Formats: sequence, structure tokens, C-alpha cells
Amino acid sequence: MARRLLFIALVVLVVAGLLAYTGGLFTPDRLTPQLFLTRFGPPGGLAPGHRRNHAKGICFKGDFEANGAGTALSRAAVFASGHYPVVGRFNLGDPDPKASDATTGVRGLGIRITTPDGRQWRSAMINAPQFPVATPQAFFELLGLSTSTDPQAMAHFAAAHPEFAAFGAIAAQAKHTASFTQEQYNSIDAFIFTDGSGQQHAVRWSVQSADPPETKTPDELKAMGPDFLFAELRKRLAVAPLRFPLNVTVAAPGDPTADPSKAWPADRQHVEVGVITVQEIEDEADGPCRDINYDPTVLPDGISVSDDPFPAARSAVYAKSFDRRTAEEADYPHTPAPVSP
Amino acid sequence: MSVQKFSLLQRVLHWTMAAAIFLMLFIGIGMVSTITPAHLTLLSIHKPLGIAILILVIVRLIVRLTRGAPPLPSDLPPLMKFAAHASHWALYALMFAMPLIGWGMLSAAGDPVVVAGIHLPSILPMDGAMHGVLRQAHTWLALVLFALVLAHLAAALFHALVRGDGVFESMA
Repeated sequence: MARRLLFIALVVLVVAGLLAYTGGLFTPDRLTPQLFLTRFGPPGGLAPGHRRNHAKGICFKGDFEANGAGTALSRAAVFASGHYPVVGRFNLGDPDPKASDATTGVRGLGIRITTPDGRQWRSAMINAPQFPVATPQAFFELLGLSTSTDPQAMAHFAAAHPEFAAFGAIAAQAKHTASFTQEQYNSIDAFIFTDGSGQQHAVRWSVQSADPPETKTPDELKAMGPDFLFAELRKRLAVAPLRFPLNVTVAAPGDPTADPSKAWPADRQHVEVGVITVQEIEDEADGPCRDINYDPTVLPDGISVSDDPFPAARSAVYAKSFDRRTAEEADYPHTPAPVSP
Repeated sequence: MSVQKFSLLQRVLHWTMAAAIFLMLFIGIGMVSTITPAHLTLLSIHKPLGIAILILVIVRLIVRLTRGAPPLPSDLPPLMKFAAHASHWALYALMFAMPLIGWGMLSAAGDPVVVAGIHLPSILPMDGAMHGVLRQAHTWLALVLFALVLAHLAAALFHALVRGDGVFESMA
């Protein structure tokens, strides 16, 4: 009887152990969303209730007017001629919600377009033309370099990831502009459009207004203050809506889709599928974008992920960030506390 | 010993759901513990499987309430009898709660609830704080469910191997 009881205990232990293993308990080096999030620590400590990265942002409501051209590439309802509501968010690519507009190089744009059938197209884009590294694992390592104590860490990383040097050369030439409207926001990742006949097209997309970029030196930016991008956006919106055409770039056969650090040649087919109009701006604290997770894998029928490993990784990590910050609502009040006189 | 068995339908429902719930717990913990493309694949199985479990448990509860269950052995100690009844109703409660919380949590996040290509309605308005609560409940109750499943498994083996009282055979 003792042996039978022991057998039962063993069965229970093995099953429990299998679940713990599946959850990563015995593999601390496995790149889990939790582990990934440890690399997004603002210098002043975690800001509960806020996004774990791209923490400083502002909401907008607007409209996507599809011109119908996208229907040749994708059967998604969002490309049929018409107007569809947009809830978006301009942001800075930094984990600190108090990051300075002057010193944050990465600027982002999140959009959620909803069609009458209730389906959504979410996209989180940045102003870089391509990603610094080829894999999520390499990005994780890159994020760890700033806290590494090894003086050779950067050199080793660059040697192991030649694409990083190429990105560095581009980043060095990047122009810092005076407005969110002067940037081109890119999907970076490749996605698959499926057209009405079932044909698949590998694509990337970007959003850019007609505003010409007005280049500023770092000193000029500093003189403009820590919030000039947000202030400028409010001022512009008070006068008139802002228009951002959405362009789809179609890959040629053989263009790399699995590696967002590799740009496609400039002569690829570009199709303007419509225009996003930014109509109303609202502070994030009680704004319509506050509780939106701009998960790039929330896609309508007719758009799907490609063999690019990043959207899945982003989805997993964004979800963990979203789970945590929505459980910390009280730390980020919807209405700011009244300022004492 | 003649064993009074659950009806065939009840046994089929039990073992189908046993497999589905087992799979579900492993898929659930696996998909939130990886950033590889498996995350999306597992998620795309997790949602329809959850809805399937919700449909199955509705059918199962109706069958259970109409057909009943074989009586427990009369010599079973009262404490074990109580544990048997309480754990079964707790299992039923969680089989209902887990899919509903999952569905509610996606609704509160404002996500389109697309399950195996079918767009289900949202069952809650979009609300971040509500999502935060439901998302945490989904994890903790999954662990409670897993603990109950383990206790259920241990008890079944105890009836089969130690007591030999026909309880295991009634569902086999």
C-alpha cells in the first residue's frame, strides 16, 4: 500500500513538474515576456500604470479614408473605399513617461483602425527606416548592453551582429525634426496581404505627412524644451486636422521578409491605400488610446503575420506590459490630482 | 463487484473534457512563457479550445443534473465524501469561469474576439482596470484549477489502486 501511495504521489509530482517546465520554471534563460520586460527600466525606476516602453504619448481620434487601391493587394475590409475610425497615439521610444522630446531619437505612432464588422487593424510604427537587429534575441542582448559591466560588450555585440553597424550608419545620419508630422513612421516588420483571389503579397507599410522635414541640431532641440513635440501637435490640431497618407510597399520575390534589419530596395512598388486624418488630440491619462495595446498581431482577415519573428515577440511582450499596467490603474490616475495652490 | 457506471455520454464528456482541460492548462502557461512564433500558434488554439470547453461544460452540467451520478461507496469516510462533492462543484465552477473570464478579459481589452475565424461578440465594455482584474484572475484561477485537477487525479488513483471501491471504474 505504501508503494501505491508513493506511485500516486510520483504521478502528481511529474504532472506538476511538466507544467512548471512548460512555464519556464526550470529554464531561467528562456526568453520569456517577463525576462524581456526586465530590460525596459527607466532610470528613475518603473512607472507603474504606464506602458513599459514608448511610455510617453498622446492620444488622438481620427479617420482613415481608404481610396480602394489596397483592395488589389488585400481583401481586408479596411481597404474598401470609405471612412473608418482611428484611435492613435504619438509617442516617444523610451520607457520613461517623462522622457524629454529633445533627447529621445525614436518617435512612434500607434494606430487602431476599426471597420464596421468590428475587425481591427493595429499597428505600432517607428520613425527608423529599419530595425537595428535581425532577431528578438539580439534585441534583448542589445537592450542589456547599457547596463553591461564588460567594456568589450559593445564590440562583441557589433561583431556578432553585423546588421547593427549598418543601422548605426543610418542612425548617425538621421535628421532630428521639429514635429511629429515631419517623420515617416514605418511598420518595420513585414506582413502578408491576401487578396480576393487568395494570392499573397509580402508588404511593409509607412505613414508620412506631406510636411517637409525641418532638421534641428541637438542644441536647437534642447532649447525647445522637453515637451515641444507634444505642444506643437496641440497647437497644430487647434487650427486644422493633420493628414498622413498610408503607403504600402510590396516586396519583390526574394526580398527578405524574416529580417526587419534589412531594408527593401527603394524601387519597390508603393501603393498609397488611403489617408489617416488626425482630428482630435487628448491627453493619454483619460484618453481613448490609454487602454489600447497596439499589438501588431491584431489584424483583420486579409492581413497576417509573415515569417518575421518580431510581431509574435512584440505581441507576447506587449501583452505582458498591458497585463501589468492595467492591473496598476490606480498608479496612473485618469484625472491628474489637483495642483495645490 | 458490480459497478454502477456513469452513462456512456457522461463518460465520453468527462474524458473529452479531461484531455481538453489538460491541454488547455499546458497551452496557456506555455503561450505566456515564450516570445517565439509559438506564442501566436498556441494562442490561436487556446481561444477556440476555451470556447469548446465552455460549450461542453454547459452540455455536461445539463446531463449531470438530469442523469445524476452513481452514489459514492457507503463506507467512504464523511470527510472524503465532503471533499469529493466540494471538489467536483469547484471543478464545475472553474470550467465555467475560466472560459468566461478569458472571453471577458479580451472584451475588456477592446480586442476583437476572433475564435477560429469566427468573430464573437464582446461580453464586456472596454475597460482597462477591468482587464487588469480579469487577467490576474485568469492566471490565479488557472493555477487553482490545475491544483484541483491534480487532486482529482490523485483521488481517482487512490480509489483505483488503494481502496478498490469501484469509484474509478464508474467513470472508466
